[in-house]
Amino acid sequence: MKKIEVIQNVLEANETIANRNRQLLDKHKVFAINIMSSPGAGKTSLILQTLARLKGRLNVAVIEGDVASTVDAEKVQSEAKAVVQINTRNMPESCSLIAAMIESALKNIPLDKIDLLLIENVGNLICPSEFTLGEHKRVVISSLPEGDDKPIKYPLIFIDADVVVINKMDLLPHVDFDIAAFRRSIEGLNPKAELFQVSCKTSEGIERWCSWVLEQAETNAAKR
Amino acid sequence: MHEFGITENIVNIALAKAGEAQASKVIQIDLVIGEMSGFVPDCIQFYFDSLSKDTIAQGAVLHFELVPAQLRCRNCSTTFHPQDTLWSCPKCRGQSVEISKGRELYIESIDVE
Repeated sequence: MKKIEVIQNVLEANETIANRNRQLLDKHKVFAINIMSSPGAGKTSLILQTLARLKGRLNVAVIEGDVASTVDAEKVQSEAKAVVQINTRNMPESCSLIAAMIESALKNIPLDKIDLLLIENVGNLICPSEFTLGEHKRVVISSLPEGDDKPIKYPLIFIDADVVVINKMDLLPHVDFDIAAFRRSIEGLNPKAELFQVSCKTSEGIERWCSWVLEQAETNAAKR
Repeated sequence: MHEFGITENIVNIALAKAGEAQASKVIQIDLVIGEMSGFVPDCIQFYFDSLSKDTIAQGAVLHFELVPAQLRCRNCSTTFHPQDTLWSCPKCRGQSVEISKGRELYIESIDVE
């Protein structure tokens, strides 16, 4: 019997493809955001708000990741320049998008005509935290009805986030969500994360979020 | 749920390394897995049994070395194992902490013949 030293990260295969995706996006000056949250926190709503606000300023493509259905793709169809729906039901990972799925999806997006790619991950606070897709920024949405303890219960996804968006701010009078406690948890886990408080229902805070997206996309394009 | 793809990678890496060494059988795969990694050894084992079928890795023992989570306080640099879900520093009670150990997931070595 012989022992062979390996020391190889098991996630390396995904990371290699993710790096390839990022290089392709950079070549075409496309800024990509990976949007993650639990189901129902408002990923599609935030994408719809972003599409509406950035219309005429940025050409946006959307990748929709869901276990099944094309419900979300249909919602964003009219506003986005291109939409690709990924159904993960019969794929090796059904609970998260992985870099290989994005690599295939990018083949169906006219990258030369796109400035911004919004990737809506599968609704889940656990699995997507393990898989990088080739995105430039990772955004996690938490919504008020979920409670302010999500960063404590699912720390990894918040630790790796560049941005945390608190959605459904319009429900604040009706739910027991301690904004200060939530912000303290995020600041403890991830002091570099930018925080936005929005309501996709009333559009509160959306302008500030969209300014950030616009600024990031422009800065990224200038670098390439 | 997300162990399938991971296990596929484990089988592929083990088969590639065994192939390079011109081995005829993989006896054991030594994996290092962090407490915080979010991957469940039992799930990896479950998928491994089916994914390694009819390969030279079939029947190989998966050995998991579990790395306990270690947090580091950003205020006073104390390192500690999280005792509760609140992750506060036992020394200064600070809640600004980072994970210093426990997110690993790699193959350390394989035994072949």
